[in-house]
Amino acid sequence: MLGAVALFACLCVLAMIALVAQRAWPIFAHNGLSWLGSGGSLKAQIETMLATSAHPPASAFYFRAWPIIYGTLLITALAVLLALPLSVLSAVFIVELAPLRMRRVTVRVVRLLASVPSVVWGLIGILVLVPFFDNHIISPSERTSVEGTVQLTGAGLAPAVLVLAVMITPIMVALTCDALGAVPPAWREGAAALGVNRMRAIRAVTLRAVRPAIVAATVLATARALGEAIVISMVSGSNFFAPRPSDGLTFLFEPLRSLASTIVDYHEGTSAPALSAALYACALLLLFSAFALSVGGYLIKLPMRKYQTRG
Amino acid sequence: MSTLVSHPISAADRSGIGPRRGRGSSMRTWRWSDRLLLLAAWAAGLTLCAIAAAIVLYMGYRGIQYLSPELIFSRPQASLTQAGSGGFLDPLLGTMLLTVIGVAIAAPLAICSALWIVEYGRPSWLARVVESGIEIVAGTPDIVIAFFGLAIFQLHLLSFASETAEGGGVTGRSFLAAGAMMSLIALPPIFVTVRDGLQTVPSHMREAAFALGKTRIATIRRVLLPGVRSNIATGVTLGVSRIIADTAIVIVLLGSTLRISPQPGGAPVLGVLKGLGSTLTSYIYENSPAGEGGAPQKAYAAAFVLMLFVLALNLVVERISRAQARSSGFVTAVEGIV
Repeated sequence: MLGAVALFACLCVLAMIALVAQRAWPIFAHNGLSWLGSGGSLKAQIETMLATSAHPPASAFYFRAWPIIYGTLLITALAVLLALPLSVLSAVFIVELAPLRMRRVTVRVVRLLASVPSVVWGLIGILVLVPFFDNHIISPSERTSVEGTVQLTGAGLAPAVLVLAVMITPIMVALTCDALGAVPPAWREGAAALGVNRMRAIRAVTLRAVRPAIVAATVLATARALGEAIVISMVSGSNFFAPRPSDGLTFLFEPLRSLASTIVDYHEGTSAPALSAALYACALLLLFSAFALSVGGYLIKLPMRKYQTRG
Repeated sequence: MSTLVSHPISAADRSGIGPRRGRGSSMRTWRWSDRLLLLAAWAAGLTLCAIAAAIVLYMGYRGIQYLSPELIFSRPQASLTQAGSGGFLDPLLGTMLLTVIGVAIAAPLAICSALWIVEYGRPSWLARVVESGIEIVAGTPDIVIAFFGLAIFQLHLLSFASETAEGGGVTGRSFLAAGAMMSLIALPPIFVTVRDGLQTVPSHMREAAFALGKTRIATIRRVLLPGVRSNIATGVTLGVSRIIADTAIVIVLLGSTLRISPQPGGAPVLGVLKGLGSTLTSYIYENSPAGEGGAPQKAYAAAFVLMLFVLALNLVVERISRAQARSSGFVTAVEGIV
């Protein structure tokens, strides 16, 4: 009986993959795998999909999602790059350096940051960070330099990356802390006995020992960042524009969309069959990348079992 | 380790070694890179504290500025101005309703799965499949879970759970649908905490129960479940904080109607369950510049209430895990990740 209940959870996963794939199928049938590539204006494609009725012509299924895939990769990569040093250093601070009282406070802070709802992050982003960027960071010359192609409103890549980095930091800190705490004390004492100072021991022994855990934490945080929809929908400017690195620093302020935020922005359009299929295709892509990342995280943690340290 | 061995050992170094060193040792002998790293680590830790303090203080300031009792006790109104658009009684009730539905589905499922994995777990490959299945659910983005919910509740088989449009299409949007998907969000943390709790119950307790002639089921009911009561409480609290914090599922599966709108002509309770509504999170989203409302003051007030809930749940988790003899790991307490 209990086993049947446990199996039910698995069936949910199978049903999820099957149903999402089934709904996404028309996109694959009409575009093959080339919908992952670029071509034409994505905005025009989505508008065609929205305009068609219950029985869309085959041309309505034309879909090239590269701008939002690129947006997802860009936001995720930058956020993880920003969060990685911050969280590793904070974990070292919590486990190795902080005085006892300070450590207790910081652990609580991490727990608090981990449980702040994403919509609150988004709210702060859109009401505080975006106006700040609009009024103080973006210069008039930057505004005019891209005037012909896109309008800078403050919402864009940089605020999205900042908010997302703060959002994924707690989870990385937590995982890294657990691994640091599991490093055998004898290793640290060994380093001390060899006469190195505290910081050297941390760098050469402790951090080196938890490297797999740091990578695993990064992978998990990447999965979290990939799937974050609400915050990005709120602060990224929601524009089917692919920021161009050729614009120099202005590129950081250009608006964009990610896969997940596109799904949120257009969820009311699911009554149009073509758009529904396109959104489910995005969902399927997210599902598979999350799956691949969790498998990757598991494989990375395998060597840690050898040392009896928890990953 | 060659860098370690080749490092010259000076007298000053020896006085300042080891993780638990004395107070008097100096850092003057340290290399610059080491000093920089120390500084950076302190800066990172203090940055985290500063961010958290800034958020709590800012939300508190805005909340006290904009929150008033009539906001909590009045229903949202359709209005163009912030003054006339009412309060968020309905979103509050919606949050509670979704939490109750989600936990009512997730808790039994998660506890039974954890019991089966730890106490039976045969065949072992099946146990591994179940565990990784739950791990996958934990890693799935909530927006994907929301769209899965939309797909599954639009099946005609499940048309009882939501409204059927005139053309025969099922909307797939209702409190029942959203609650069912919320249970998927709440399931992994409950499962992990209960499983870890069961694994720490010493085996001699089970053996003693068997020796007294208790059956397996009786052992589970009389010995194991009372033993992991605090783990269940922690897990459910984590699950609840996941549910009240989730936005994507609410926006997709409850739509953007701010008032709780029961299905017309339905039975009193069932009508609400099959109808649409909102929660605090979707209320914040709709009233922020990202949504339609454009009422940032209301959004701030609702976010303040939501933060109060989150802080309270955090305190509850901390209280329970402190009461526990062997406190659970850091990660389990933070997120309930597998």
